[in-house]
Amino acid sequence: MAVAIPPAIERRLDRLERIWEEPSGLVGWLTTTNHKRIGLLFLFTTLLFFLAGGVEALLIRTQLLAPEKGVLGPDAFNQMFSTHGVTMIFFVVVPMSIGAFGNYLVPLMVGARDMAFPRMNAFSFWVFLCSGVFLYTGVFAGHAPNAGWFNYVPLASKEFDPGPNVDFYALALLFSGISTTATSINLIVTIFKLRAPGMSINRMPLFCFAFLAVSFALVFALPPLNVALVLLELERLAGFHFYDVGSGGSALLWQHLFWIFGHPEVYIIILPAFGIATSIIPTFARRRMVAFPLVALAEILVAFIGFGVWAHHMFAVGLTQLTTIYFAAASLVIVIPSGIQLFAWITTLVTGRPRFKTPLLWIVGFIVFFIVGGLSGIMFAAIPFDQQMTDTYFVVAHFHFVIFGAAMFPLVGGLYYWFPKVSGRLFDERLGKLSFWLTFVGATVTFFPMHIVGLLGMPRRQYTYPGGLGWTGYNLAETIGSYVLGAGLLLVVVNLAVSLRCGAPAGDDPWEGDTLEWSIPSPPPEYNYAVIPTVSSPYPMWDREDRELDERRLAAGEMTLERGHETPTSSVEDANLDEIVAMPSASWAPLLTALMLAALFAMLVTRHWVAAGGFFGLAFAVVGVWHWNEPEGA
Amino acid sequence: MTARRLPGRLRPAARRVLGAGALLLAVLLLAGCGDGAQSSFDTNSEPSRLIERLFWWMVLGAAVVFGGAVALLAISWFRRSRSGIPLFGEREPVATTAVVTFGIVIPILTLAGLFTAANVLVMRKTNAPAPSSTSMTIEVVGRQWFWEFRYPGTDAVTANELHIPTQTRINLVVQTADVIHSFWVPQLNRKIDAIPGKSNRILLYADAPGTYRGQCSEFCGLQHAHMSLRVYAEPKAQFDGWLRNEASPAPELASAEAARGRDVFMSEACASCHTIRGTEARGEVGPDLTHVGGRQTLAALTIPNTAADMAKWITNPQAVKPGNKMPGLRLTPDETKAIVAYLQRLE
Repeated sequence: MAVAIPPAIERRLDRLERIWEEPSGLVGWLTTTNHKRIGLLFLFTTLLFFLAGGVEALLIRTQLLAPEKGVLGPDAFNQMFSTHGVTMIFFVVVPMSIGAFGNYLVPLMVGARDMAFPRMNAFSFWVFLCSGVFLYTGVFAGHAPNAGWFNYVPLASKEFDPGPNVDFYALALLFSGISTTATSINLIVTIFKLRAPGMSINRMPLFCFAFLAVSFALVFALPPLNVALVLLELERLAGFHFYDVGSGGSALLWQHLFWIFGHPEVYIIILPAFGIATSIIPTFARRRMVAFPLVALAEILVAFIGFGVWAHHMFAVGLTQLTTIYFAAASLVIVIPSGIQLFAWITTLVTGRPRFKTPLLWIVGFIVFFIVGGLSGIMFAAIPFDQQMTDTYFVVAHFHFVIFGAAMFPLVGGLYYWFPKVSGRLFDERLGKLSFWLTFVGATVTFFPMHIVGLLGMPRRQYTYPGGLGWTGYNLAETIGSYVLGAGLLLVVVNLAVSLRCGAPAGDDPWEGDTLEWSIPSPPPEYNYAVIPTVSSPYPMWDREDRELDERRLAAGEMTLERGHETPTSSVEDANLDEIVAMPSASWAPLLTALMLAALFAMLVTRHWVAAGGFFGLAFAVVGVWHWNEPEGA
Repeated sequence: MTARRLPGRLRPAARRVLGAGALLLAVLLLAGCGDGAQSSFDTNSEPSRLIERLFWWMVLGAAVVFGGAVALLAISWFRRSRSGIPLFGEREPVATTAVVTFGIVIPILTLAGLFTAANVLVMRKTNAPAPSSTSMTIEVVGRQWFWEFRYPGTDAVTANELHIPTQTRINLVVQTADVIHSFWVPQLNRKIDAIPGKSNRILLYADAPGTYRGQCSEFCGLQHAHMSLRVYAEPKAQFDGWLRNEASPAPELASAEAARGRDVFMSEACASCHTIRGTEARGEVGPDLTHVGGRQTLAALTIPNTAADMAKWITNPQAVKPGNKMPGLRLTPDETKAIVAYLQRLE
C-alpha cells in the first residue's frame, strides 16, 4: 500500500477490519476459522511432530552407529523406526504441505478471503492435533506402533503383536484421515469455486494445480487405507479373520489395500513440493515457467498414474509374472511426467537470470536430490533388481532422497520464501545459506551411503548388525551425517525464530514475486484482499496494469465487499463471477467436535465400547448444533 | 570365502567408463569383497551376476542423466546474469522443445530399452525355475526367528545352515510357519518372500564351493536382525555324505556325561520344543537338533557353536537374543554342562 492513504480508502479498510476481526487472545486461536491462523496452527504443530520424528531418527542412527550397540533394545528400536515413519509421513510432510502451506497460501493465491469451508477447516486442524496427541499418548505409554509404517499382517495381528501398539497405529491413522480428507475437500472446492473472477483455470498458478492434484489423490487414496485399517481393527478388537490365512483370509489383502493407498501417497508427499518449486523458480529466475501447460498437465498426470503402480512394492511376494510386468511398465510410465517437470524447472533456470538466494538454493538442492531419488526409483522398475534390493538399505536410501530430499527441501525452501509474507520480516540470508549447506551435506552423508550398504547386503529394519560384513564404516558415516543434518535444520528454526523478532521489515513484495499474495501487506490483513483482485495471466503480480486497476477499484469501492463477512465465488473453468457468499465466522463447534472424536478413539483403544458409542452420539450432537448456527446460503 | 573371481568379460563396460569419475563406487565394490560377506557384488551364480550387470548398466545411465542435469544447473549459475539459452537465445519454442526432448522423448526410448533388458531378458533367469529344469527340491520354512530346511525324500531337517551341492539347479520352495519372512542370499539369487498360505519358489544355484551368507529381509518382529543363514555349497560327493548323515537319526552316545545330558534334556522342557530324531523329543517350536553338533553357529548365526557359547545360550537365551521363544531353564551348572556335552555329540 502507498504511504499516504486517502481517507475514503482508510474508512473501507477499517470497515473490512471490523467485519473480519476475530476474538483476541487464546479464545481467538481456539475458535478461529481464519485460514491463515489455521495454517499457522498446522505449521507449528507439524514442526513439533517434525522434532519428535527427528529425535526418533537420531535415536535410530545412534543405535546403528556401530555393530552390536545397546542404545536401544529390539523392542524400543522397532517402536522408534515405526513411529519415525508414521510421524514423518502422516504427521509431518502431508499435514505440513496441505494443512500449513495449502491452507495459508491457496486462498491467497486464488484471491479469496478464506477457504471454502472455514469451520470445516478449523475442524481439520483440531482433529489433526487430537490424532497426533492420541498417537503420542501411545508412544509415551510405551505402546508406540511397532510393526513398521506399512504394518504388514500377520506380524501386526493380535497373535504376533498382542499389545495395544498396533491399535494406536490403526486408530491414529483412521482419526487423522478425517482431517486429511476434510482439508482435501476444502482445497478442491476453494480452488474450483473461490478463484478471483478472471482467474480461469489456465491462469491458475502451478502451485494450485499441484495442490488440486494432491487433494484429489488424497480423496481417492484414503478410502482403501481406511478399509484396510477398519478390517484390521475388526480383526484385532472383535475377532474377525480378514487377514488370517488359517481361517480363509489373506495376508496379501492387507498389502494390496495398503499400497493402493501407499503409492499414491508417495506422490501426495512429493506433489506439494513440486508446487512450491514451481512457485519459487519463476520468482528467482525472473521469468515465466517454461512449458507451463505441460507442467500443469504433468502435475495432474502424476497424481493419476500414481494409482496404477502399487504392486511394485510387492515384487518379492510371489505375484504372477504378468502382474509384475504390468506394474513395472506402469511404474516406468510415471517417469515421463516427472521428467517433464524436472526439465521444465531446469530450463527455466537456464533461460532465466536466477538469483541464487536461500529459497532458490533449497529448490536447487531439491532438484539434485530428486534426480538421485528418481533415478534409483527407476531402478526398482527393473523387476530382478527390485527383487534383489527391496527391503534393504538401498530402498531406505531411495525413499529418503525422495521424501527428505525432494519433499522436505522445498517445504523448507517454502518456509524461507513465504516467511517475509507471513511475518512481515526478512530472515538472515547468510544464516539461511549456511543452514542450506549444512542440511544438504548432512543429508548426502546420511542417505547416500545407504545405497552402498544396501548393495552390500544390509537389510532394513534391523536393530543391530554384525561387524565384518563391510557395513560398519558406512553406518558410522550415516550417523555422523544425521547429526549434521539435524544441526542444519535446527539452524533453519533458529534463523526464522530470531528473524521473527529482529528481522528487517520485508515490505509487501521483497522477492518481486509473481503470484497474488505479494500484492497485499505483510503480514496479510485478516480479510486478505481489500479489493478482489483482477487477474489476466498466471503471473498476476507481473501484470502492472491489473494491479493499478485494483488500486482504482479500491478507491471507487468496486469489488470490496465491505458490507458483510463475504467472499465472491466464480465458475469452475472460466472463473466468471458467480455469486457473493456469506462466510461463517469464529466458532467453538469444530474444536468441540474434534474433542468428542478424540474421546471416542480413546474409548476404542481402551475397549470401552459403550462409552465409545456415547461419544459418537455426542460428536453427532455437536455437529448438529454447529450446523444449526451456519449462516444462510454458505 | 572361496567365492570365485569373475571372468573379465563379465565385468561390465559400464564400470570401466565410470572408473575415473566414480571413486566412491570403486570403494564400494572393494568393501563388498571379504570373508563372510553378503554382498550383491560378490556374485556366485548366473542370476545374481546378471542382476549385478543390470545394476551397473543402470548406474551408467543414471550417471549420464545426473551429470547432464547437474551440468545444466551449473550453466544456469554461470549464466545467472544473462537470459536465454546459449546459442539459441530467448526463443520460447526452443526451451519448450528442450523440455519435450529431455523430459519425454529420451526417457521413453531409454526406459523401453531398460524394460526389455530387465523385465524380459534378465527376468527369464531370475524367475521361479521350470519344474523340469531342476534336479532337486529343498523346502525352506521361515520361523520367528530361524530358518528350517527340509530335504524332501529324506528325513533330513536342519536349521540356519543350508547345505547344497554346487552346480546343481535347486528348486527352493519357501514357506512360513508364522509371519512373513524373506529368504535372501544375495550372492546366489534375488530374494523371495515367505507368505502365509503360499509356497513361493526360486532357483538356488552356486557356481563354486563356498559359504554364502543370507538374512531375512522382511521385517518379522523383535529378532528380525538375528535371523541369518548360511549356504554351504559343496561338491556333489561331499554333499551326499552330509545329507546321508543328516537324514539319519541321532548318533549313539559314547560318554556317561552325554548320556546324563540326554536324560536332563528329555526330562526338562527342552524336549517339548525341540525334535531329536531317534529319541522321544518331538517338539516343533524350536529348531531340529538331531545333528546340532555338526553346525557352526547357533540361534540363526547369532553366536558360534562352541561348548562355552552353547552353555551361555542354554543358561540365558534371553540375554543372547532378547525376545526369542526359548525360555531360560533353571538348570544347575552340572546339568547345563551335561546337556552341552550331549548336544555337541550330535554331529
